[in-house]
This record gives sequence, C-alpha cells and structure tokens, in this order.
Amino acid sequence: MGHEPVKFYQVGSFAVGNRLLDRDERTVQSDSGRSNSLTSGHRACQGCGEALGARYALDAAMRAAAGRLVAANATGCLEVFSTPYPETSWQIPWLHSLFGNAPAVATGMAAALKAKGRTDVRVVAQAGDGGTVDIGFGALSGMFERNDDVLFICYDNEAYMNTGVQRSGATPPAARTATTEAIGDEPGNVFGQGKNVPMLAVAHEIPYVATASVAELHDLERKVERAMGLRGARYIHILVPCPLGWQAASCDTVRLARLAAETGLFPLFEAEHGRVVDVRPIRKRVPVEDYLRPQGRYKHLFGEHGRPDLVAAIQEIADGNIERFGLLAEAVEAGAR
Amino acid sequence: MMHKPFAITLEVGSSLTNHTGSWRVERPVYVDRLPPCNDGCPAGENIQGWLYHAEEGDYEAAWRLLVKDNPLPAVCGRVCYHPCETACNRAELDEAVGIHAVERFLGDRALEAGYRTEPVLPPSGRRVLVVGSGPSGLSAAYHLARLGHEVTIHEAAHEAGGMMRYGIPKYRLPRDVLDAEIGRIVSLGVRIELGRRVTDVARARQEGGFDAVFIALGAQLSRRAYLPAADSARILDAVSFLRSAEGADPPSLGRRVVVYGGGNTAMDSARTAKRLGASDAVIVYRRTRDRMPAHESELEEALAEGITMSWLSTIERVEDGSVVIEKMTLDDTGFPQPTGEYETLGADTVVLALGQETDLSAVERLADVSVRDGGLEVGEDMMTGHPGIFAGGDMVPAERTVTVAIGHGKRAARSIDAYLRGERSTRPGRHELARYDRLNTWYYADAPKTVQPELETVRRASTFDEVVGGLDADNALFEARRCLSCGNCFECDNCFGVCPDNAVVKLGQGKRYAFDYDYCKGCGICVAECPCGAIVMEPEMI
Ligand SMILES: Cc1cc2nc3c(=O)[nH]c(=O)nc-3n(C[C@H](O)[C@H](O)[C@H](O)COP(=O)(O)OP(=O)(O)OC[C@H]3O[C@@H](n4cnc5c(N)ncnc54)[C@H](O)[C@@H]3O)c2cc1C
Ligand SMILES: Cc1ncc(C[n+]2csc(CCOP(=O)(O)OP(=O)(O)O)c2C)c(N)n1
Ligand code: SF4
Ligand code: SF4
Ligand code: SF4
Ligand SMILES: [Mg+2]
Repeated sequence: MGHEPVKFYQVGSFAVGNRLLDRDERTVQSDSGRSNSLTSGHRACQGCGEALGARYALDAAMRAAAGRLVAANATGCLEVFSTPYPETSWQIPWLHSLFGNAPAVATGMAAALKAKGRTDVRVVAQAGDGGTVDIGFGALSGMFERNDDVLFICYDNEAYMNTGVQRSGATPPAARTATTEAIGDEPGNVFGQGKNVPMLAVAHEIPYVATASVAELHDLERKVERAMGLRGARYIHILVPCPLGWQAASCDTVRLARLAAETGLFPLFEAEHGRVVDVRPIRKRVPVEDYLRPQGRYKHLFGEHGRPDLVAAIQEIADGNIERFGLLAEAVEAGAR
Repeated sequence: MMHKPFAITLEVGSSLTNHTGSWRVERPVYVDRLPPCNDGCPAGENIQGWLYHAEEGDYEAAWRLLVKDNPLPAVCGRVCYHPCETACNRAELDEAVGIHAVERFLGDRALEAGYRTEPVLPPSGRRVLVVGSGPSGLSAAYHLARLGHEVTIHEAAHEAGGMMRYGIPKYRLPRDVLDAEIGRIVSLGVRIELGRRVTDVARARQEGGFDAVFIALGAQLSRRAYLPAADSARILDAVSFLRSAEGADPPSLGRRVVVYGGGNTAMDSARTAKRLGASDAVIVYRRTRDRMPAHESELEEALAEGITMSWLSTIERVEDGSVVIEKMTLDDTGFPQPTGEYETLGADTVVLALGQETDLSAVERLADVSVRDGGLEVGEDMMTGHPGIFAGGDMVPAERTVTVAIGHGKRAARSIDAYLRGERSTRPGRHELARYDRLNTWYYADAPKTVQPELETVRRASTFDEVVGGLDADNALFEARRCLSCGNCFECDNCFGVCPDNAVVKLGQGKRYAFDYDYCKGCGICVAECPCGAIVMEPEMI
C-alpha cells in the first residue's frame, strides 16, 4: 500500500474559514481585512439574508477587482435599508437607480468608463427579485443581448419585501404573500406560473450564469470570482432568505438557504455561453417538508387542514430539479472534503 | 444666496453612527461547554483541548496539555477502556474519535523525543509518603512533585507499576513503555523505595516524618471459591498466575487450561495461558456474553486468538485432568440458576479469575477509617476518616481501572496540596455538557475512523509481542481532525462570516472572537451556524 497523505480538515471547506486550511483556501469573508462593502449600522431586519448575501458577493467582487468596483442598485430593501439620507452603509462607489432600470444604468456606467479608458474599474448592478425578474427584466434582457460588461447580481428573497411582501415572478408556488393570501381553498401562490430567470439568462447565451446561496459561501465566492474573471454580461442569482417575508426565525436564514439547496428546490449550477457546465451536488438530501415547515408562509400546508397534496407537488418540483440538473451525482466526492 | 435642494445639503454620513445593537432583545455570548469525552475521562483529561493542538500537528503542545492531567499517556493509550470514546459525540455521526489511539501516539512520540516535565511550583519543603506504585500512587506522586512537594513511594514489590506490571500482560502493555513513563516520573525527583512493604500506615508516616500520606495498595488478593477438588488437581489463582508469568520462570500448565470467571482478568489469563503453550484455553462463565464484565474488545481479541467460551456454566468440581461443569439458565432477574445437567471438560490446570480483594491490614490500626464493600471509604477529596491520610485506586470503592486510579491520584494530590496549606480542596465547577443536539453537524466533513493495525492472530497467540499497533503521524493527524471540538471554539470563522451586521470581531489566531454589541441585532444566526455549539443566546438585561 502506498503512502496516502492526510486530506482531511475537520470542517474542510464547509465552514467560512478553518484554521487548518491554507490561507488562500479560506474565504474572503474569513479575512479580517475583507472590505465590508456593506458595513454595520444598516437597517435591514434581524437575520436579513439579503444584507448577508450582498456583503458576501460584493466583498468577493472587490477582492477580484482589486478594490476598483462601482455598483448600481435598484430600489428595494437593499437600497432602502442601506441609504437613509444622508447616511450610507456602502464602502464602495454606489449609485441608486430606479426600481426597474438598474441594468440600463449599469450599462451606461460601463460605457462611460470605457469611453474614459478606465476599463480597470468594474461594474456590478444589483437588485431584488422584483427589480430583476419583473420590472427590470426588459432592461436586463437588453443588457444581456448587447453583452454589456456588467455583472448583474439578483438577490432573490422570492417576493417584493420592501413594500410589504407582495408576490413577484420569483415567488414559489403555495407561498403566502400579501397578494397571494392562503384563504379558504386558495393555496397561496399559484402553481405553474413565474419565471426562472437564471435559465432565461442561460438562454441569452451570455458568457456566465450562476446560482448561489448564502449557505454555500465557498461556492458563492468562487462563482463571483469566476464571473469577475470574464468580460461581457454575467449574471449571478443568489437565494437570500428573508425572515420577515418568509415568516421564519431570524436565526434560520442560513439553514433555510441550505435546505433549499439540499431539497433540490434551489439548484446550484453554473452555465457558460448557453450551456450548464457544473452543478453543486446535494450532500445530504432531505424532503421538502423539512424546508417548508419552519416557514410561516407555508403554514397552511400543514396541520389539521393541511395540504399534503401540495407538499407532494412541491416535492415533485424538487425531484424534477434533481433529475434535470443531476444534483445527486458526485455526491460522494463532495463529502470527501 | 443660491437655493439648493435639501437632498444635496447634508454631508454624507456613515451608517456606523446608527447603533443597531439597541434593537436586540437577546444577545449572543461565547461559552465553553464540557465535551462529553472530557466528562467521560476518569483521569479528567482535557481531551478536546489536546486534540485541538494535535489537529494542527503540534504534537508536543498536545502532549504537554495531556500530561497536565495524566502522566501515563503511552500506558493509557494502550490499556484504558476509553470511556471517552463511549461518550464521544462523533459516534452519532459515524464512529467515535479514536481518542486512545491518538493518546498513545502522543505518548509514544514523547518517549521517542524524550520530552520531560518539570515541577510547576518551587519546593514547598513538605514531605508526602505514597504507599504503592501502581497507577494511582504514581499519579499522586507525579502531581505532588509538580506542586513542589517532596515525595517518597514505598513499594512492596521489586519493581514499580503495580497491576500495570504484574497483572496486565506484555502483549497489551510492553514493559519498555511502562518503564519509560515511570522513569519520567522518577526524574521529576520522586523517590521509589522498592521492596518496602508498609504494614502500619500511621507508623510509617510517623517514623518517616511525613506531613501527609496517600495510600494506593490496589486489590492484590484473589477472591477464592470453594471447589471440591482431587488432591492432584492443579488450581492457580489468576493474580499469582499472571504475576509468575511476568517473571523469568513461568509456570508449566499442561495442554488444557480452564479459566473460571468472566472479567478482564479471565481474558488475560486465558490469552496468557495460550502464549505459555496451552493448546486449549477455555473460559467458563456462569452467565451470558452480554452480561459478562469483561470489555467487549478484550473478548473479541481473545476469541480471535482461539480462546473458547463455555457460557452459562459453573465449575462443580475439579478432578484429575478434568473439570465437571454444570449448565445454568438465567432466571427472570437475570440470575443464573442450576439446571442439573453436567458436562466434563479436559483440564490440566484450572485458573480462578473470580475477582480481587484488598488487604487492609496496613490500615487496621487506624481507628477513624471505615470500610465499605471491602474498600476503604474516602470523601470527595480522597481523604480517609483519618486526617492527612488519603487513599485511592482499587482499594477504594469505585470502578477498578488504570485511569480511575490515575484520576484518584490526581484528585488526592490536589487535596493533599490544599491540606498542607491548611485548606480544603474544592472541585472546580463544571461547564454545562456539550450535547450532540447543540452541534451543527452539517459542517463536519465525513470521515471514517482510522483502524489500528493488528498483529495477525497467528503470530499473536504464540508470542508476547504487542497485539495492537499504533498510528503513524499521518493517521494520527487524520484521527485528531475527526474531532468535532464539542462545545469549544475551534476558530472556523463561521460566526465571523455569517453575521449580516458585521458584529463579530476576530481577535487573531488563538485568541478567538468577540461580539460588537453596538451593532449586533441579536438575530442568532451565529448561534445556529456555530458547528460546535460554542455560542448561546441570553436574554438582554434592560
Ligand atoms: C489481569 C489484569 C488486567 C487488567 N487490565 C486492565 C486494563 O486493560 N485496563 C485497565 O484500565 N485496568 C486493568 N486492570 C485493572 C488495573 O490494573 C487496576 O485497576 C489498577 O492497576 C489499580 O491501580 P492501583 O494503583 O490502585 O493498584 P495496583 O496497580 O494494584 O498497585 C498497587 C501497588 O501497591 C503495592 N502494595 C500493596 N500493598 C502494599 C503495602 N502494604 N506496602 C507497599 N506497597 C504495597 C503493590 O505491590 C502494587 O504495586 C487489570 C487488572 C488485572 C488484574
Ligand atoms: C416604479 C416603481 N414601482 C414601485 C416601486 C415601489 N417599490 C419599491 S421597492 C419595491 C419592491 C422591491 O422588491 P424586490 O425587488 O424583490 O426587492 P426586495 O425589497 O424584496 O429586496 C417596490 C414595489 C418603486 N420604487 N418604483
Ligand atoms: S424585509 Fe427581508 S429583505 Fe428586507 S430587510 Fe427585512 S429581512 Fe431583509
Ligand atoms: S468529537 Fe471530539 S470533543 Fe466531541 S466528544 Fe468526540 S473527541 Fe470529544
Ligand atoms: S462559529 Fe466557529 S469560530 Fe465561531 S465560535 Fe463557533 S467554532 Fe468558534
Ligand atoms: Mg424581493
């Protein structure tokens, strides 16, 4: 038997840092010198996944761009909680656009920088799911189609949270929102509608598309770094649980994001030029019920007048994703480290 | 004056002026919880603590932390029944961490590298007598010497070590290992006077002018059972048998050996008999496998070496060249009842391994000590009823193992130290237990336990070579890193990363983290995502 070197690091790359890993294998977030693009004192709710996701993504982008980064930001919680006049939580040059035009504004910023010969300065645009998949979608599709040099990041909390939890095109079936109340026979949001914008982005055959989550930091940072290494239109869609809108405990934000991936409801994948090139395999598969139960927006599915039929329908969606993206393959390998 | 719209009149400010900590109703607090392994270790080792150093490959630091509590890691890594592993949380995930294997690795490595320990306190000028050089006496002597006291051990036998030498066979505990660990204790300045039997503890204390005494005489007498036996029958007791097997002139046993009893001593007697040339070694035990006191791993090893078991059997009488056994059946209370069915087993020698008792004659003349279950009674602080006389190990009522004996020695040393200063020792408060349900095990990588290499059974049954091998540095590192660090921060940076409000401050390698309560909103994500359960939420005091 040959000599097998130790390849085991206790929590390996699942945790944020891990003192046993080489420094360059740890995350940007584990570094005390991270840029904290979104700094303390912001007014996001306790346990806000969007605040967390934004710092994760922008700190990684800041490192990749060596600190030369500007951002356009659509209206939504992320903008409202970070910039009550005259305060700002942003430690990067940051511009508030309108609710629907962040992609177009970012396109303009990139064009201006190009005209000034400052292509070393990189542009990101960011918006919530409402700003991305609904009102901003026309501008976004144009930005993709022209292959403008912008990284667009969507923070998906699955509804219009800032205005009081209204349904968006990214709200999942059966979820209760202020506009899809679960009353009587109505099951909350309808099945069979809504938009899968990551796949629509793939259909634009832009250089890079990825989905990510606040529960998989190494994965998220790697994707941002990859996106920043490319030019042209790039899109990252990050699942960011919202304790308020999901009626969940504030401490469960990361756990719910993890369960979304581990059930198969939120597949983590990467695509380049129209092709899915990689998926993050599920590590410990769990039934969708484990994900739905802790969320008040699904509470009408359980209990005495519960809807096991709808839970089963949601399970089918998860199973469909697992099959479509091959989420169980290589699961063993992922566990090895 | 030009009129400006309000929206451009104010200087840009930072949200840092907005102290969101005022929103909080609960606050996260870092804690250390008691890992179940530490809780389970009879010697009170800080296992999680020394594994932490071993995880980084800093074996010397690991060993130094280990020997703060236990001076005999190379011995214990081999013979301890590792209740730490029985308690280990990782068992619920896959398999318990092989703590004893890493302990042994550290112990062996220290012997190879010649690490020494030094007294931690300057000489106190006080003198303590220790009677008996088994693990309990050695442990007490070591800790007392580290605390600056002058220690003399009186030992009746001609070599030190007690049952570690005269009971536990070489194939489980090589004597060079034992000698080296005892040697390290001696080099701390402990005097061992061999061949000195103490017959009256109070007199020995007075004659030697000792300020305090620790007695750890063990349980040296084999319990006897009345068995009708032919005059020519050859019957030995296990303690004397194992003791003579240790000497230069081992007893001749004949071909067929029957061992009577179901404890570890019975296992060792049968395995030793095999090694001394017996072709058949049978253990006769009156109950069933699940009820036998021997440790499962010892039974496994014995069976693997070809020892056979006669369950539910008692010896009725011993004849010339055979024993007659009666088959038993368990009644409702689990007690064996005779069936009236008999069998005959060939036996050239019968070894009785029915337990041991303590010879208490050395304390007989002390009026104020009391005896319970054949053992000398002691308080929490290990002091007998007689002021200044402490006792521990097999001679006090407790579980009889090497590590329990070591733990008693340590506790007694602390109490003696306090006694010598005119104080009474108190046991330090314990942290709350780090239960499995406090962990977030999602973060831990999957990994099976490293299996220690074993001597092939064929070789093992004929020699006294050590049966179970040790880990190499790679395996030891791997095994150490399987530890979940239950209840104690291991600097994974999760809390630092997952806070949406950047309210966790990293204090630098080895210094852990702190909360910035100016901004912490009290969401509790850090608590939920700490893999090892080292953070709790506490109600905010207003
Ligand atoms: C065969 C066998 C196998 C065992 N295997 C294991 C094992 O694998 N793991 C485990 O944890 N435990 C094992 N044990 C139990 C373990 O050895 C004892 O629990 C432990 O050694 C007790 O330590 P002690 O210091 O109290 O007494 P001992 O080890 O018995 O030492 C007492 C010492 O005191 C000396 N002494 C006695 N009377 C006097 C006197 N009057 N004056 C001076 N000196 C005196 C004795 O000579 C002896 O050296 C085994 C025991 C036996 C018999
Ligand atoms: C044109 C326009 N319509 C409506 C609004 C009101 N509005 C502000 S934020 C918001 C919803 C934002 O939802 P989303 O983009 O999902 O972001 P979230 O707040 O959920 O993070 C709406 C409807 C607006 N600012 N502009
Ligand atoms: S409503 Fe949701 S997204 Fe908005 S700040 Fe609160 S937690 Fe964050
Ligand atoms: S996992 Fe580590 S800290 Fe936890 S009980 Fe096991 S050895 Fe002890
Ligand atoms: S999350 Fe990690 S770094 Fe924070 S207290 Fe727990 S073990 Fe330590
Ligand atoms: Mg939204």
